[in-house]
Amino acid sequence: MKARLASWTGSLAVLAGLVALWWVASNAGWVSRVFLPTPEATIASLGEGLNLHGAGHGELLDFTRATVMRMLQGWLLASLFGVLLGAAIGVSPAVRSWVQPTLEFIRPLPASALLPLAISIFGLNPGMVLFVVAFGAMWPVLLATVHGFATVEPRLSEVARCLQMPRAAFVCKIGLPNAMPDILAGMRLSMTISLIVAVVGEMIASQSGLGQAILLAARAFRANDLFAGIVLLGLIGFASNALLGLAERRLLRWQQP
Amino acid sequence: MTSRRITYALRPFALPAVLLALFEWYARRAAAAGSDALAPPSAALNAWVGAALDGSLWQATGFTLGTAALGLAIGAGLGTVLGIALGLSRRAAQMGFLTIEALRPVPSVALIPLAMLMFGFGVRMELAIVAFATFWPLLLLVQAAVQQVEPRLLEVGRVLGLSARDRAWKIVLPAIVPRLFVALRLGVAVALVVAVTVEIAANPNGMGYAMMIAQQSLDPALMLAWLGWIGVVGYAINVAMLRLQRAVARRMGVPA
Repeated sequence: MKARLASWTGSLAVLAGLVALWWVASNAGWVSRVFLPTPEATIASLGEGLNLHGAGHGELLDFTRATVMRMLQGWLLASLFGVLLGAAIGVSPAVRSWVQPTLEFIRPLPASALLPLAISIFGLNPGMVLFVVAFGAMWPVLLATVHGFATVEPRLSEVARCLQMPRAAFVCKIGLPNAMPDILAGMRLSMTISLIVAVVGEMIASQSGLGQAILLAARAFRANDLFAGIVLLGLIGFASNALLGLAERRLLRWQQP
Repeated sequence: MTSRRITYALRPFALPAVLLALFEWYARRAAAAGSDALAPPSAALNAWVGAALDGSLWQATGFTLGTAALGLAIGAGLGTVLGIALGLSRRAAQMGFLTIEALRPVPSVALIPLAMLMFGFGVRMELAIVAFATFWPLLLLVQAAVQQVEPRLLEVGRVLGLSARDRAWKIVLPAIVPRLFVALRLGVAVALVVAVTVEIAANPNGMGYAMMIAQQSLDPALMLAWLGWIGVVGYAINVAMLRLQRAVARRMGVPA
């Protein structure tokens, strides 16, 4: 217990030291304030943007909500279609051997590279960004599901065949539980991708959200607003990752001995 | 028997061929109806040949790959050094824990506007973002790899009275080489994706920008040519890295 406390205080001290370094560097003018605002200015900017104080014109709360919603919707769509398609492909070895090489080809393609194509097909609107977010974030889930189905213990498949289990029952009772750890790991990766693509989409397609907000802040040389946006995006990334980690541990409890 | 082998060899190409044919048919019909949003794949291939002949293809590809490689070298180098340090010393790992957990979740694209302010457009902003994005996975994977180095090797190092630098250089580094290459393969994929993303979002250079410009100048054939080319380049590099990683693992006597 004492050792843990010591490690936490040490950890906190290093973080506080870095913030102190930031404070000194920006206040003493070691680094130009044009791109490194003081920590106080960043916090003030955050407070004003979130309407904690000031005149109440802050828009950061709305921007944050827009970005989080985009990310979550895209992620949910990606997870849904990833699992459905993955199960459809993974359940049959024949389909797998026909489709897998194509999947492996598309996998390394940057999701944001689809933005220009999506813009020219759908135009600049929120639906287009959502489509690209969902499409880009779908691959980790899809490939993880296919992989999870491919690694089902052969004896379990034999049992299913002996019991003349219908395919749907095989998917629900054997395939999906077996693929669960892979799927959850894929969903975690796909959450990260959702956030990234949502931010890039907001930057390019000028949809209101944190991505657009920080781009505009940088163009107007408002470094404190820019940093406030980066802090919020970091918090979103941290919170979503932590929540998914918790969910993963709970959902996979049955697997631990 | 031979016909069976031929079907087997052709199987990976069947689905792409069907999809391309469908796309060709659909895009031709759309073009006949007067749409300038889509182009058939055959026109994209033509546009690709044109770009390859006038040299713009190689110039942009070289820019993206070169920047991604250099950014990866910086990010992976720093990540590996820090990863070894944190892997060797539990105390250092505990001290750095909160800082790492606070900085790591910041999405790399959130730094695009900041890098724009600091460096302007060009190589340096892209380098900075690629380095940031590749630093974290390398740091964490190398740290995990170092923590799994056989403890007896480290004890031998201590008994021989090796300095910390010698221990890292002569014992730890050779022991983690296979895992280091697994981490590097991931780093290469991340570097490429991030480089193209930065070019699409901001930096007026490279493959991503070329694709963006093709879209904005209503040249869907050229845009699709770039999209396909980015896919091919990414796929080729990933396959090459996988081969390299397996070759290294075999050479080091580890099952890949």
